[in-house]
Amino acid sequence: MSNFMAQWVYSPAVKDHFMNPRNTWDEKENFVPDGVGDVGSLACGDQMRVMIQVENDRIKAIRWLTYGCASAIASTSMLSEMAIGLTLEDAYHLAPETITEALGGLPEHKFHCSVLGDKGLRAAIDDYLEKNGLPNPYRHTIAKIVCECHNITDVQIENLVKTKQATTLEELQEITKYGSTCGKCKADIAGLFDELKHIYNV
Amino acid sequence: MKFVYLDNNATTPIHEDVIDSMNEALAFYGNASSMHAFGRDAAFKIEEARLAVADLIGAPSGSIVFTSGASEANNTVFNIFREQIDLGSKRNRIVTTAIEHPSIIEMVAYLRGRGYKIDLCPVDNTGRVRLDALKELLAEDVALVSVMFGNNEIGTIQPIKEIVEMAHSVGAYVHSDATQAIGKVEVSMRELGLDYLSLSAHKFYGPKGIGVLAVAKGVPYAPYIHGGHQEAGRRAGTYNTVAIIGMGAAAKIAKRDQKDEERRLWKMREMLRKGIVEKIPNVVINGNQEHCLPGTLDVSFPHAEGESILLYLDLEGIQVSTGSACASGSLEPSYVLLSSGVDIELAHGSIRFSFGRYNTEDDVAYVLEKLPPIIKRLREMSAL
Repeated sequence: MSNFMAQWVYSPAVKDHFMNPRNTWDEKENFVPDGVGDVGSLACGDQMRVMIQVENDRIKAIRWLTYGCASAIASTSMLSEMAIGLTLEDAYHLAPETITEALGGLPEHKFHCSVLGDKGLRAAIDDYLEKNGLPNPYRHTIAKIVCECHNITDVQIENLVKTKQATTLEELQEITKYGSTCGKCKADIAGLFDELKHIYNV
Repeated sequence: MKFVYLDNNATTPIHEDVIDSMNEALAFYGNASSMHAFGRDAAFKIEEARLAVADLIGAPSGSIVFTSGASEANNTVFNIFREQIDLGSKRNRIVTTAIEHPSIIEMVAYLRGRGYKIDLCPVDNTGRVRLDALKELLAEDVALVSVMFGNNEIGTIQPIKEIVEMAHSVGAYVHSDATQAIGKVEVSMRELGLDYLSLSAHKFYGPKGIGVLAVAKGVPYAPYIHGGHQEAGRRAGTYNTVAIIGMGAAAKIAKRDQKDEERRLWKMREMLRKGIVEKIPNVVINGNQEHCLPGTLDVSFPHAEGESILLYLDLEGIQVSTGSACASGSLEPSYVLLSSGVDIELAHGSIRFSFGRYNTEDDVAYVLEKLPPIIKRLREMSAL
């Protein structure tokens, strides 16, 4: 009974970060963040807070909290290690694929939902810049997630509208499955869709 | 490392006496349908097993149809009525519930997609069928009512006797998937007046891949698997002699030990429930606490996610299951919990402990030692 042949459900790196998560927030530490980002959706089972300290335009320290599964915990832990020392620009462009790769891979269905750390970090950087009245040169350089459950970006929707693949909300729903899990994005996506239809004259 | 297996609703270990019976059964290699001596020997052992299973569920031996398991048995029942409807029966509606096993939930989706009329009777916030709602759904056009005996996830036991009476009063037939109840509580087809009952051997210390659809006398039937004349033409396919003999042995033990097991399982379950409530603040016990499978305890831990709890417990050698979406491969948490009115966060944070005959009170103590720090740790890490 003690010799299991099968591997653990995730990679050794995920297991390590799940068992010993790095840079988690601790009340006793009195960590004073310069920026805070909250992302995630409870309906999907993942909710996250990323807190950063910034010095000379670089991430000096990072702390995080997450409600989520093993891959959510591990991926945030991995991100926290990777982000320290990065310039804000590099940190802003840290891709979820880079985190997943460092973890030795994640199952496909885990990628969308549980790799939220990069979005949390971006939200924290946005918050830092805004709080300090600084310009935010990064915000529009990357696509923004509009449906967190299905990891759909505004750019993706824009392309579907532009190429007339989605001419009605029903078609868009059919293609992307947006809003079919927590439903919280439905109103926003409907608004975005109308706007794009107007822009592209669909 | 200590191992505590608390996932007996998923499957059970094979009882040592069942293993012995199956080892012996390997010698009966004759095809039970053959007329010669080897065939007759195998057939004799199969009929012995049939009697044991019939005795366990309070049904005549002629009612027993061997299947590959409860999924096949459940699919077969729905197919019988699909055929009746196809042949033009005026009774063309099926009523079941939203908390059935996937082998029924997916069959319902499949049939609905092809235009068949199927209603899902709602359950209350303990997972019990709302008899008032059922009454509204029942009418002369209902062919079949299918309600599980006890729920695999939250353990809630349904008022089957009342459901049978209500359904029969409008002339509908009644099926119950009793897979989770067999060996844990008394299940008598005769006493309940059931027309069809499904079960699976691996939930009561028998082998996997073998089960039964019990069919009362004189009720509609149509084979789901066509081929040879086995089971009086009701289910084709060469007899799985070894598995059937194993199931027979398991049925005898289940019948013999049921009363003791029921007491023992409930005692351990209650010890764990009380211990969790005492040691861990802010927990929610799911399901019906009065009408409940004795070995099933489903608990939600707000601010702690189910897959993480499961995997931390696994690292301590404790095996459980969860209703969290993260462990299911989909984005949706347990439909059983959601249908029972459980909040989505609580569904993501649910853990099922299911006891079996090889668990001891020491196991409960071990869980009560390991679980509280895991929940505390996850809650400290939680962003909620």
